Amino acid sequence: MNGSLCRLRAALWRSAASRPLLFTPRYLSQGGAAGDGAGGAGPSEEEVGRLVRAHPVVVFMKGTPAQPQCGFSNAVVQILRLHGVTDYHSYDVLQDHNLRQGIKNYSNWPTIPQVFLNGEFVGGCDILLQMHQSGDLVEELKKLGIRSALLDSEKDHGKK
Amino acid sequence: MEAPVVLSAEFLRERLLQGLEAEHVEVEDTTPGRCATSFKVLVVSPRFQGKPLLQRHRLVNEVLAEELKHIHAFEQRTLTPEQWAKEQEGK
Repeated sequence: MNGSLCRLRAALWRSAASRPLLFTPRYLSQGGAAGDGAGGAGPSEEEVGRLVRAHPVVVFMKGTPAQPQCGFSNAVVQILRLHGVTDYHSYDVLQDHNLRQGIKNYSNWPTIPQVFLNGEFVGGCDILLQMHQSGDLVEELKKLGIRSALLDSEKDHGKK
Repeated sequence: MEAPVVLSAEFLRERLLQGLEAEHVEVEDTTPGRCATSFKVLVVSPRFQGKPLLQRHRLVNEVLAEELKHIHAFEQRTLTPEQWAKEQEGK
């Protein structure tokens, strides 16, 4: 699927132009000992819970939507963009080691990126990609009151 | 600190075969230059029957909980035997 990931990225790159980008909010322990703080006190479950519910669509990723630092995080950004979803909260876990571990603990999920819809964990890159391919993502977005941009472009593509 | 863990595709494959009573497992080492340990797995197991994607992936994550601590990038596909058979037919 590496190939398809690359293709996806290539295919989506064109639409990745300059949309207004979300802010990356400041959160949690500003200037805390982020060092290698593997054993440091991470955010509480309550704190992380607030973060995942900060917006209907929340993404924990490496880097920012404008500059993803990992292919998987980039893929999530591009998939969302393909659906016209550019208004969401993103948190750059590379900026906060405690958050990086904290979100993994919270969702009991070992990898980044992580996508939350309405505060509910839906999965990482693989799952979002497969939801995209199956059409489930359109449905999930609809539940949030978000109309996928793909619905408007579908006619042109004659998509199944 | 834990002892260094040396992961191999074959090792992960064994773990998945046993841990998930899998019928078919493919593990590919996808490590590119910039990441140390990346793997892509395909798991075909009857235990995925009736489970949504997230739960299937969680099963895989559980089986590889220890290993995943040392894995940087991890892609997975989880199919039931029926889905796998259908996919093979289509080839």
